[in-house]
Amino acid sequence: MLTLAIDTATPTLVVGVADGDRVLAEAGVPSGTRHAELLTPTVTDVLARAGVAVADLARLVVGLGPGPYTGLRVGIVTAAALGDVVGVPVHGVCSLDAVGEGPRVVVTDARRKEVYWRAYDGGPLGGPDVGRPEELDLPDLPVVGDARFAERLGREVAPAEVTTAGLLRAVPAGEPAPLTPLYLRRPDAVPNVVRKPVTR
Amino acid sequence: MAERTDQPLVLGFETSCDETGIGLVRGHTLLSDALATSMAEHERFGGVVPEIASRAHLEAMVPTVHRALADAGVALPDVDAVAVTSGPGLTGALLVGVAAAKAYALALGVPLYGVNHLAAHVAVDELEHGRLAEPSIAMLVSGGHSSILLVPDLSQDVVELGRTVDDAAGEAFDKVARVLDLPFPGGPPIDRAAQEGTASIAFPRGLTGPRDPAYDFSFSGLKTAVARWVEAQQRDGVHVSVPDVAASFQEAVVDVLTAKAVRACRDHGVDHLVIGGGVAANSRLRAVAQERCDAAGIVLRVPSRRLCTDNGAMVAALGSRLVMAGVAPSEPDLGADSSLPIDVVSR
Ligand SMILES: [Zn+2]
Repeated sequence: MLTLAIDTATPTLVVGVADGDRVLAEAGVPSGTRHAELLTPTVTDVLARAGVAVADLARLVVGLGPGPYTGLRVGIVTAAALGDVVGVPVHGVCSLDAVGEGPRVVVTDARRKEVYWRAYDGGPLGGPDVGRPEELDLPDLPVVGDARFAERLGREVAPAEVTTAGLLRAVPAGEPAPLTPLYLRRPDAVPNVVRKPVTR
Repeated sequence: MAERTDQPLVLGFETSCDETGIGLVRGHTLLSDALATSMAEHERFGGVVPEIASRAHLEAMVPTVHRALADAGVALPDVDAVAVTSGPGLTGALLVGVAAAKAYALALGVPLYGVNHLAAHVAVDELEHGRLAEPSIAMLVSGGHSSILLVPDLSQDVVELGRTVDDAAGEAFDKVARVLDLPFPGGPPIDRAAQEGTASIAFPRGLTGPRDPAYDFSFSGLKTAVARWVEAQQRDGVHVSVPDVAASFQEAVVDVLTAKAVRACRDHGVDHLVIGGGVAANSRLRAVAQERCDAAGIVLRVPSRRLCTDNGAMVAALGSRLVMAGVAPSEPDLGADSSLPIDVVSR
């Protein structure tokens, strides 16, 4: 079964094509805030390297975050649109589930001096959650993910990112659920209200 | 795959603000115009909250595409090209539409056109009134934009003659509506109230002095003048006639807009005027513009109210025109530009 996997929950854009659980081609692009610009060209490139046409895909997998919202939505709406045209299911997964393997705590950058995190031992131990690294009471498991938070967590953090294999492993059994992003935060309580956009 | 350049079927995406608009156009013919709006969620804030709008765009995207397809009686494989607003607008909102449009274009194997929202407001008129006369003068008035444009060639050459130096015209309507305890957005309730009143109060006309820039607008002083006038009446215990204030405010806006638009036509020797944007739905603006254009020998074109406000058909209309004009599609790394200049029709 040919699967296209996409994740835009972190500054690294991840696109992979797999046949069953065998990854045929994969790209991790350090695209920062340019996911919208670079995602579809990366999809084109990875499909070409795998020798797979869009129409051959049997399903898609996409990371639902948590992650910075604007980039996150780019990946989700892209997967939804591709799945819509091809007429195949799109499975949403928690992006943190796709980082590392085995018993662990995954941490990624949530901006505003906070981290997204989730702990795993067998399966997920609750979460995902968001919080200030200094205030988290992490379980006594190896920590993986964004190593820049090691000092503030007071723990060693083994660098790890979202992978195609991780996204595939994270797919829950059964029919796909609606692609609802894991925002974890409500829109700002004091909104940054604008009128309709200005012209320049 | 050979690109269809006569009567192309174009799927248009518009997500620059709170409306998720998906339209289908064949050539200059409107096939469908599906709209989802998150306006109700913004009402209590008195303005559009960008994050709420972006969340709503994502939720609405695929269902709205399918509503547009069903209304048009076409299927995705029939689509010849995809067009999307790539600016100006709210970055987070724009990016949902841009990403969706890029993915649809990729999966369908058709070209993608990232287009300017303002030029699309002009292009939409071609769906109802046929090919635009060129050059035309275009006046775009909405909650976000108030500009006068010279349009020698809508496919590639649009020149801004003037714009608002402070508030957009629609913003002034929203703010005055708040002063008068009318709901947000303020355009429709002020239009309705004004029909019961008379324009008996002399409110200022911004930037209309002999030394002022001929085509620029200013509505901030007008808004303040209305607020001061209402406060003064209330302080003196005088009953404020909402219809009269609404009519007088509206008359001041309409007077300035139409005078400047007609002047732009006259100064540039152009005898066609197009008015677009949400404020173009205002009944008094439509009436006065018609009177003044008639008197000046100018042909006035205003889209029907439904097509004046943001929608997907306007984007498809501009995309279709670009395909027919042989303009090159966008590069695969197209993104959004919240402050895309008006002279960039497509990118
Ligand atoms: Zn607009």
